[in-house]
Amino acid sequence: MEEVLFFGAALGTLGGAVGVIALRNPFYGVLALIVHLFSLAVLFLLLSAAFLAAAQVVVYAGAVMVLYVFVVAYIGGTGESAWEPIPGQRFLALLLGAAIFIELAIAVLASSLLALGTGGPDVEAGFGDPAAIGTLLLEKFLIPFEASSILLLLAAVGAVVLAGRRSETTVGGGDLP
Amino acid sequence: MSIEWYIVLSSLLFAIGATGILLRRSPIVILLCLELMLNAGNLALIAFSRMVGNEEGQIFALVVMVVAACEVVIGLGLIVALFRRRLPLDVDELRELRG
Repeated sequence: MEEVLFFGAALGTLGGAVGVIALRNPFYGVLALIVHLFSLAVLFLLLSAAFLAAAQVVVYAGAVMVLYVFVVAYIGGTGESAWEPIPGQRFLALLLGAAIFIELAIAVLASSLLALGTGGPDVEAGFGDPAAIGTLLLEKFLIPFEASSILLLLAAVGAVVLAGRRSETTVGGGDLP
Repeated sequence: MSIEWYIVLSSLLFAIGATGILLRRSPIVILLCLELMLNAGNLALIAFSRMVGNEEGQIFALVVMVVAACEVVIGLGLIVALFRRRLPLDVDELRELRG
């Protein structure tokens, strides 16, 4: 059962990823990324990370992808031209991507981590559920938690500054990008 | 399922994301490929956290998600600003930082 779920979800993630880089229309690319993220959430569940799977679906596949869809709809999802500025760019990109994969696979499979071949130790039922993650976040990792909230605030302010509409009558605010 | 499978899948996803960044020229698709790479990293972090039997790796993955969300917001803000100024949405033509 676990194998079936793993290979199904792995096919979903790979198909979604290939769709993102192969589809010419960015709107379809966003939809392929949503497929990818949902399959990834299934993999997280298989690794007994229930809270992260829920966060993946709600935050990523929900909120972030809605943002993408809005922006693609706003700027008009025109495909890019088939013209290649660097001769042989497509071939070189595929070659370098394959090189990265081979390098990573060698690094992983040749490592001396004996536990890699196992399924990990047996864990109790509450492993990775919201209560466990929340306890860790608010006790051991309180400072990273607060730092990430400041980061989110800064990103929201930055997005408003970058993309906000400026009226012509605004005093002193007209020279930003 | 052994953890190896998850790690190999994660490196495959990372390689696909890197290929996409090298291959595509639209900034939106490049942002999507960045998401692919960050999510591959997340998968590796969670798989290692399962391998060790410790939830702290999942906190790392959560922080990566927060950073990815911030990166998306800023990147999309830049793209909207570029579109407003009628600049070409093509990374090969956006070579200079000067507005």
